[in-house]
Amino acid sequence: MWSMVQNAWYGLSLGSVLLLAAIGLAITFGVMGVINMAHGEMVMLGAYTTFVVQEVIRTNYPALFDYSLLIAVPLAFLVAGFIGVLIERTIIRFLYGRPLETLLATWGLSLVLQQAVRTAFGPTNREVGNPSWMSGAFELGQITITYNRLWILCFTLAVFAILLAMLRYTALGLEMRAVTQNRRMAASMGIATSRVDALTFGLGSGIAGIAGVALSQIDNVSPNLGQSYIIDSFMVVVFGGVGNLWGTLVGAFTLGIANKFLEPVAGAVLGKIAILVLIILFIQKRPRGLFALKGRAVEA
Amino acid sequence: MTPHILTRSLDRAATAFVLLVAAVGVLIPLSNLLLPQGSMFQVPTYLVALWGKYVCYAILALSIDLIWGYCGILSLGHGAFFALGGYAMGMYLMRQIGSRGVYGNPILPDFMVFLNWDKLPWYWYGFDKFAFAALMVLLVPGLLAFCFGWLAFRSRVTGVYLSIITQAMTYALLLAFFRNDFGFGGNNGLTDFKDILGFNVQAEGTRAALFLLSCLALIVAFLICRAIVTSKLGKVLIAVRDAESRTRFLGYRVESYKLFVFTLSACMAGVAGALYVPQVGIINPSEFAPGNSIEAVIWVAVGGRGTLVGAALGAVVVNYAKTFFTSGPLAPYWLFMLGALFILVTLLLPKGIVGTFNSWWETSKAKNGSPDAESAAREDGVGAPNPAE
Repeated sequence: MWSMVQNAWYGLSLGSVLLLAAIGLAITFGVMGVINMAHGEMVMLGAYTTFVVQEVIRTNYPALFDYSLLIAVPLAFLVAGFIGVLIERTIIRFLYGRPLETLLATWGLSLVLQQAVRTAFGPTNREVGNPSWMSGAFELGQITITYNRLWILCFTLAVFAILLAMLRYTALGLEMRAVTQNRRMAASMGIATSRVDALTFGLGSGIAGIAGVALSQIDNVSPNLGQSYIIDSFMVVVFGGVGNLWGTLVGAFTLGIANKFLEPVAGAVLGKIAILVLIILFIQKRPRGLFALKGRAVEA
Repeated sequence: MTPHILTRSLDRAATAFVLLVAAVGVLIPLSNLLLPQGSMFQVPTYLVALWGKYVCYAILALSIDLIWGYCGILSLGHGAFFALGGYAMGMYLMRQIGSRGVYGNPILPDFMVFLNWDKLPWYWYGFDKFAFAALMVLLVPGLLAFCFGWLAFRSRVTGVYLSIITQAMTYALLLAFFRNDFGFGGNNGLTDFKDILGFNVQAEGTRAALFLLSCLALIVAFLICRAIVTSKLGKVLIAVRDAESRTRFLGYRVESYKLFVFTLSACMAGVAGALYVPQVGIINPSEFAPGNSIEAVIWVAVGGRGTLVGAALGAVVVNYAKTFFTSGPLAPYWLFMLGALFILVTLLLPKGIVGTFNSWWETSKAKNGSPDAESAAREDGVGAPNPAE
């Protein structure tokens, strides 16, 4: 019984990591239709922003260390978001409607970003510390829950909720939905579509940067950080259904929990292989994912 | 029938390409073997192996160009077929080591002895025979591609979705082959080869012969691709690339065409891998890395998608540049250059080197009022691929 609960908790925890990594991609790929292979590198930039913030705090204001993550979150959003806008303006804007070319160009970009970080910070792992409120664990029944995993789960849900609210209630969110639903109509209504494109891409990248702050707490901060998440992120978005944030949420937690329940039976690697094969088979059944868009939006 | 196909598929550029590859395939081994060492025209043995590697990459690029350039299927997992072909050849080479391994076991390869296995797994049976291994080189990638394609094309998984699941496929294989208990040497892969068909793999003569064989395979693969793309089948493939639904509504079974060309392309990639392994001397799971497959796609994009000659050229040019830069003081900057190449080629040179050259050649010919320029272009029928999805 408790081992089931334990698995479920691990699954939720993994699901939250997957969701965090995929949520930015759900915006750039799911909403805009841009295959952003450099998405993982935005996550990596967020993690390195955390590292830099912590370095500065350690040397100058050691008392503030517990707040380092709170400072890093907005900074990571700005850094990754700014680079995202830059990428959109210089590269992706010329490739709309050519998804396969976008894929190649952004893959090249990811190589450049990785190598740039490798040149600047060195190829080895960088030390990112846990603030005191994120270290330690507590017991619940017979399972141990670590604080950092719990915080990441809460943080992920908070980011998801904020993003959803933003798309629903702000003017920018309204414009984004208008542009993705019908670009020409939106333009006729006076929306500056190319500005919205850039901001949407920046938003997706910025959220990837925020994900990097959280992932720096549980993963090694190295130039390859992003690479390890990119395939999983695409799987989550494709599985959940492109263009649907709720689909991404359900997809991430389904995959996370399925993975953790397979692991004790099949072992970590075989479990992962099984999940990949299952997704490949699933795509055959539902080529547009779990929650496929219906109606006119499908044709766009 | 056969001569007719040959004459139709060989235009001037294609003939020139075949002759060039044949000349390289004969001259490099000859110069390596016959001329004295240190002579100006003597090609050192390491260069023969290096260029042999490029030729294998060129075959892989051709196989990608056949499906991407002419049928619009962007596979980001073609490295998997290449690696599977390589593993099939590697298994043959492992069995040839016999009792000369470190542990001296006449049947089990070293890594199995190391893992305390007492007998050969069933899927290693038969790989001591070259003919069986050669069959597997074609069959294993072909079968995987057939099953994968049958599932994917029948349920109409297209475009980006197909690219992503091919990537998932090669990633799953990467994880599987990394495992020790999968029975393919795990992390280290297969290496320390001694003999191929009784000849020492390290010997100059063997290397020269392998190089010649690789060039031959490139020519054969090129002729097969040319024969397909200039035939009626090729026209249907191009129609699928440019307007898949319309082709289906016209009554063609799109999925059968796609499945055929995808399977054929996987077999070609397998052959490329099989020729690659004895020349490089190792095969390990990193060949399955998704990055490798994406890199192979960029060779095709650089050379010119949908031109065949361009794909082969692109593979050689990019890899030559890679060797040149990674061996010099510029090594840390190679990834910058490769990344920039990806971006610049897609932005500025969407037709690739050969495609751009072709359209330049045709416009300059048309300006000079040469009457056969346009008709030649039309007969070719394979201009720049339409990037529209």
